[in-house]
Amino acid sequence: MTATTTSLTQLPRLLPVKPDRKGDGKGDAHGLDRHVERHGRLTYRDREGVLIRDIEAAGLTGRGGAAFPAHRKLQAVFDAADKRRRTPRVVANGAESEPASDKDATLLWLSPHLVLDGLQLAAEAVGADTAILYTHASRQHDLGRRLSEAISERAARNLDRVPVQLALAPARFLSGQETALLNHLGGGPAVPTFMPPRITERGLGNAPTLVQNVETLAHLALIARKGPGWFRGVGTEAEPGSMLATIRRADGRPKVTEVPLGIPLASLAGELPPGGAVLVGGYHGTWLSESQARQLTLDNRSLAAAQARVGAGIVIALPPDRCGLVETARVVRYLALESAGQCGPCLNALPRIAAALAEIAGGRARPQAVDDIGRWSGLVTGRGACHHPDGTARFVGSALRTFAAEVRRHERGHCSAASGEPFLPIPPDAARTERDWT
Amino acid sequence: MPADKLIVNPIDCAGHGACAELLPELIALDEWGYPVIDPRPLPPGLERHARAAVSACPTLALRLVPASEQAR
Repeated sequence: MTATTTSLTQLPRLLPVKPDRKGDGKGDAHGLDRHVERHGRLTYRDREGVLIRDIEAAGLTGRGGAAFPAHRKLQAVFDAADKRRRTPRVVANGAESEPASDKDATLLWLSPHLVLDGLQLAAEAVGADTAILYTHASRQHDLGRRLSEAISERAARNLDRVPVQLALAPARFLSGQETALLNHLGGGPAVPTFMPPRITERGLGNAPTLVQNVETLAHLALIARKGPGWFRGVGTEAEPGSMLATIRRADGRPKVTEVPLGIPLASLAGELPPGGAVLVGGYHGTWLSESQARQLTLDNRSLAAAQARVGAGIVIALPPDRCGLVETARVVRYLALESAGQCGPCLNALPRIAAALAEIAGGRARPQAVDDIGRWSGLVTGRGACHHPDGTARFVGSALRTFAAEVRRHERGHCSAASGEPFLPIPPDAARTERDWT
Repeated sequence: MPADKLIVNPIDCAGHGACAELLPELIALDEWGYPVIDPRPLPPGLERHARAAVSACPTLALRLVPASEQAR
């Protein structure tokens, strides 16, 4: 693997250079005039399919977490539409359900028109006649209003060829999962379904459906303007381009920043104390030890060595005064409550895993607690309709590996945390006991 | 040509366990009574038992997927 270049001077591409976070969206850094001034006009290809070749040459992958090649999804929808003679649909997925991630909300707030450009271009590429922007009602800002204003602003200038509809996702961990998203847009609850015929073939209203993360669409909008070579100007040969990352250091405040793929983790995590740890990929992600974090870079090739993945670009440095087991146990309880409760293995095992981890974190574990967690993790993996149980099991397993010394300390009744203040974020409106999927 | 394969829809499955009783060669039950299915293709000679297990499922959660559908 060779890093082509990691010159930060070429970034940010997606976010405004000097974000005006309090702007009202009119005539400021995020308005349509400023957008066109910075990026130029939306460049339609005037033919279906054409853009897909550029996306392939650019090597753009999905930025929602799965890193699936974007051109393959586009092509699959294009082909299915052709074969079945059905007009496809396009959905921009901005339902960033991961509580530790803030990058999609930040992108939609600061650069809504880049996402909307990408949505139009993706719709043109596959031949869709409707597009949906699916997002959370928002945590801090009135994101829904900002986006509907952006959509009307474009309509007033006749910029969009395909009408865009805004849809709001419920604030649940799984509501951004693809089958849950389709279920919800189809009028059902935002819970996963089991193996539909592929969404790219039969999705919304049984039409071939393209679901792309909002950041993926923003990159697509810039590739359409500047070309694949420009896109590959940062990142690695195997994983080109930049990505939005949500970084949390000791002060706990999330910072969204655009980084080249392949950037050293240490440069994002900041000062790491000996014995420190870094969480990569969020709550379905992986804890890394301080020494692993020093050697690895933010790309899947590098992270694979530590069974980790880039995911949606979450990098969290555990503060030295917190205990990784206590933090993980709190999050795993949240994840267990966020299970849709539809599949037996997930419904049964996640609460037990959460309880056993809480025992370990609380220093009152039964001797077999670690073995139980290992067995239950094996039992849930690959047996749900979605990957919630798999991701949760992976997260827990990485905590028991990375904090193995802390587990032994807890067995002797000690804990190295100096502060009991919760660090890893959990949404204030998260389910406590009841499930609410509406 | 690949053989047929058993898959369970984990949302529909309610853990009745009838499948494991009829096809213990390929289906075990986890500690909560939900089926754990051997991921390998159906060995020859077990097709009849597999079909019996599929028909016995009270929630129609078990399916025998023909080889032709697996390539998808």
